Amino acid sequence: MTVAATTVSSAQEIVASVMDPEMPLLTLADLGVIRSVDVEANFVCVTITPTYSGCPAMATMRDDIEHKLNDAGYGSVQIKTQLSPPWSSDWISEEGLAKLRTAGYSVPGAAPRRTSGPIALTLTAKPRDILCPQCGSANTRLSSEFGATLCKALYRCLDCLEPFDHVKEI
Amino acid sequence: MNDHDSAYDGLVDGDGHGQWAFGTSFDDPLAGVDTTVPGDVDLGALARYCLMLGDDALVSSQRLAEWSTRAPELEEEVALANVGLDLIGQARLLLARAAAADSTVVPFISDTSPVPAEDALAFFRDQFGFRNVRLVELANGDFAHTVVRLLVFATWRLALFDRLRTSRDPVLAAVANKGVKELTYHRDYAARWVVTLGAGTAESKRRTADALLEIFPFVDELFVPTQDELVLAEVGVGVDPRTVRPEFDAVLAQVLHAAEMEEPPARFSGFVGGRGGRAGLHTGALGLLLAEMQSVAREHPEGVW
Repeated sequence: MTVAATTVSSAQEIVASVMDPEMPLLTLADLGVIRSVDVEANFVCVTITPTYSGCPAMATMRDDIEHKLNDAGYGSVQIKTQLSPPWSSDWISEEGLAKLRTAGYSVPGAAPRRTSGPIALTLTAKPRDILCPQCGSANTRLSSEFGATLCKALYRCLDCLEPFDHVKEI
Repeated sequence: MNDHDSAYDGLVDGDGHGQWAFGTSFDDPLAGVDTTVPGDVDLGALARYCLMLGDDALVSSQRLAEWSTRAPELEEEVALANVGLDLIGQARLLLARAAAADSTVVPFISDTSPVPAEDALAFFRDQFGFRNVRLVELANGDFAHTVVRLLVFATWRLALFDRLRTSRDPVLAAVANKGVKELTYHRDYAARWVVTLGAGTAESKRRTADALLEIFPFVDELFVPTQDELVLAEVGVGVDPRTVRPEFDAVLAQVLHAAEMEEPPARFSGFVGGRGGRAGLHTGALGLLLAEMQSVAREHPEGVW
């Protein structure tokens, strides 16, 4: 059966607009987890890549994609996982980064590039220089590399004294 | 209904799914992943290898979760729980991979049980079926003990996973590729704490020295290859753990030097009749850990969450 181009784009648009349950200002397209959306008649196959191995939001994302497509009249939905290549914070779209900045997040810099040889230990060096998303000060300090969700680190600003989240480079 | 606009919307959701934060259905962590194995690979060995690596992560994550509500600071509680969550993610994939490679490793519960394979492996095996190294099952002890153990475990696992990224099993390679990014954060976290404690006060130094004495007898077991590891390393699927020892030793020496700590004298806890954790022979600590971890699932074997 021939599928009209509008159907494909519509299913793609629906999937792209599903919100990330843990950072509900970002869509799944902003987050960069959608690998493909294939439509054949009433059937849609969506392939996504998990952000972190243990991210509990993945199950919710799958549920939400399925429900949104069902609501739009796609009766049969399959959601596949693609593990390789692994998700990188580099995959967050420009629009996604802009939304994060507006919401007061510190956005990730470029993900670490793998060089040859063993992975280096980071013992004392600051892992990154970042600016306070509230006041722009460079006088910030890491509170913890692990925050409210797997993808965020906790920082505080020593000038305006506000705590803030930094989306980690991975 | 699924826009997460209101926490109460889900309570009136007609399908009954919305009231649970992450749904009520079990989902296959390997859904849609190509689990085809190269023809020359021994499936039983692959399944046992995935159980080894999965059990290491599962048992570690249970120990890390025990810190919830009792870590020295809220930030550390969150950090230890985050590390545990990464590891449980790795464990789910590896246990699911074990079941896909050889379904005979999965314990039978009942004909009607809705429990997926990776949960059956986690909650319905007794301690003799677990293949984790004994290092990960030891009781938490104090915070110094926990970060020294995490340093040893993350350093070993990162070096191993780094080599496993080129495994001929596409699932193992993908799990390793993902895991390397996570383990790099775990190792840095533990290493920084060991330096802080070791080069800190007299009391923190004393506790770190005690932790090293308690943990080091369980280090050598990480590098003793099982028959399965040797067989799989031969065909490019697994890694011979002996090959990661130089990297492990170099990282530990670097951290201990920065922490102003001496490496404790080599003392291997040894095996019992030639058997250790990989052969299902564990310390008494594992049985207690499993009794707590498995109690709810075993109480409700037909349960759906």
